[in-house]
Amino acid sequence: MAALLIQLGLPDWLAWAITAGIAAALILNVIAVGALVFIWAERKIAARIQDRLGPTRTGGRFGWLQSLADGIKLLAKEDLMPEGADGLLFRLAPYVSFCASFCAFLALPFAFDVVAQRLNVGVFFVIAVLGLEVFGVILAGYASASKWSLFGAMREAAQVVSYEVPLGMCVVVPVMLAGSMDLVTIGEKQSGWATNWYLFHDPFTFVVFWVYFTCAVASVNRAPFDLAEAESELVAGFHTEYSGLRWSFFFMAEYGSMFLVSALAAILFLGGWNGPIPLATLIGLSDGAGETAHYLARLLGCVNLLGKATLGVLVMMWVRWTLPRLRIDQVMTTCLKYCTPIAAVMFAGAMLWTLAFPGGLFHGGRRPAGEVREGWLSAVDAQPSLVARSAAVVAAAGVADRAGLRSTVSAAPAADGVAVEGVGAREDGGAWGAP
Amino acid sequence: MTGHSLLGAALPMVAAINWHSLFFLLFASLACGFALAVVFTTNVVRMALHLVLSLAATAGLFFLANAEFIGAMQLMIYVGGTLVLLVFGVMLTAQQPFVSIRTSARDQVLAGVAGAATLAVLLVAVLSVGRWGLPASGEVDAPTATPLGMALLGVRVDAAGGGHSGFLLPFEIVSVHLLVVLVGAAYLARAKRRRTPRPVDVLASADPPLAPRPAVAVPGGVTRGASRSALVGSGDAAGGGA
Repeated sequence: MAALLIQLGLPDWLAWAITAGIAAALILNVIAVGALVFIWAERKIAARIQDRLGPTRTGGRFGWLQSLADGIKLLAKEDLMPEGADGLLFRLAPYVSFCASFCAFLALPFAFDVVAQRLNVGVFFVIAVLGLEVFGVILAGYASASKWSLFGAMREAAQVVSYEVPLGMCVVVPVMLAGSMDLVTIGEKQSGWATNWYLFHDPFTFVVFWVYFTCAVASVNRAPFDLAEAESELVAGFHTEYSGLRWSFFFMAEYGSMFLVSALAAILFLGGWNGPIPLATLIGLSDGAGETAHYLARLLGCVNLLGKATLGVLVMMWVRWTLPRLRIDQVMTTCLKYCTPIAAVMFAGAMLWTLAFPGGLFHGGRRPAGEVREGWLSAVDAQPSLVARSAAVVAAAGVADRAGLRSTVSAAPAADGVAVEGVGAREDGGAWGAP
Repeated sequence: MTGHSLLGAALPMVAAINWHSLFFLLFASLACGFALAVVFTTNVVRMALHLVLSLAATAGLFFLANAEFIGAMQLMIYVGGTLVLLVFGVMLTAQQPFVSIRTSARDQVLAGVAGAATLAVLLVAVLSVGRWGLPASGEVDAPTATPLGMALLGVRVDAAGGGHSGFLLPFEIVSVHLLVVLVGAAYLARAKRRRTPRPVDVLASADPPLAPRPAVAVPGGVTRGASRSALVGSGDAAGGGA
């Protein structure tokens, strides 16, 4: 994108600023519009599960403008702050939560290479940043000068810190299978038919997916793990004292995080932007077919990923309105006595399975190993000064292949431009730093 | 007219800015500013928050230097680890006497000496570097965590000629060490078994016989349990993160 603008004659800095602005605006809209849609969906789903109708009037049929009406109501609400509150922290807390949720989206690819900033350690970055959301909650609980808020915040801290452990273990399994922490690479390794998805890679990954989903629900603080805002005991938990727009920031952060962990589940286990049937390839939208086909394929990928992520969010709502809330000791038991050991055993199982069946359960349609490669390997190819190193890479890749790291240094087919684009982005990224 | 001329004057100026340096200065000043704020604040929770912001700005510096893995590590371990500090702060300041913490003059002198010594070491190290600046493009290592992970498993991708061993042994030592810490944390935080008093003890004590403890009060008990579990969980997080 930035390269395109530079070709059009814009100066480098302006091109980069415009590109960054567009990416930021798009992500902001994914969160904000997503929250609007999901809040409406949550009302409707809750109503249907409880044998009610839910919103029916605002905006005509199905009450589809209900969230907008809610938003206007929130804007018009008085912004209250309790008397004993720590003003600075009280005002800061919602933004901390929202910023953490927003920043995690920066490294999330929506289709192949449709990502604000392709990071080599994408998974790790997303998990790390998502864990910072709890800071906002704790600050809110502390600064509110209210017992209910404080209890809610302490519960949330205990829960999130605990659930990071099994969550991290579950995430490691697809990383191990793909041999990369790059989300784009992980998603692209599962292209083809649905049998290539890591969910169906082996029985262990199938179990890991469900453990991941449980931990994800807990880490974004949704029912049945919503102890931080248990309305039957703590009024509204950590946001008891909040109202108006500040309150809505917490909710945008919550719905943003729900969408994020669902999208992450889609990329890690459900093939990401690759549909169950490789439609784009079947109707000839491969990358060799020209610019239009290239963008259409990306668009299809976006639709796929958004669909899967939305499905994940809907399942979370279904779970919320079906299961009762757990007690705090039950939450901890679930995490430490069930999720963590299961995840650890499944990790070991998936590793052994990869050693025993390097080809995977289903052989049909799997991409050849050399086709999807990390950027750094092609950087080795591209730079003659690094040829000496590439010899070592060959040896290393031979060793690593046994551990599921199937990246070889064969002649780069690069038909889909994985390697080329990866390196290109890196070089462009360095360009704006040059004096 | 003036708008045009202003824009005309501003465009080359903006274009001439070294953005890398600008962002470096931004993040560096944020990190230093919040570090100072940690020192000069007396409220524990605000101190922890300032520490978080300072460490996060440092992570920004790492990202700026293309060290994405280290940057994410900084966020995960340091910024995430400060969470526990924050929880402690909240737990302490929930009761009035600890709301503000003042250091005694003796502590200030000690801290000053320690800080000055560290600064001296760092200054010597900084001044001994021959050349500061962006490395030439050929020198930049592949920006990825994969060679790092392979080095931890004993395969050094970056040293083709040999003579460099990997880091398998230190990696194993550290992981066993973390495991020990984890087990220790779980042991310390385990649920205490209620011991039935031996008849001898009861006879020996002049106090009235041990009354059964009152049942856990509703909200306070829950918070105590939660905070304790938070500490256990933090030990786990450190182990998992590494």
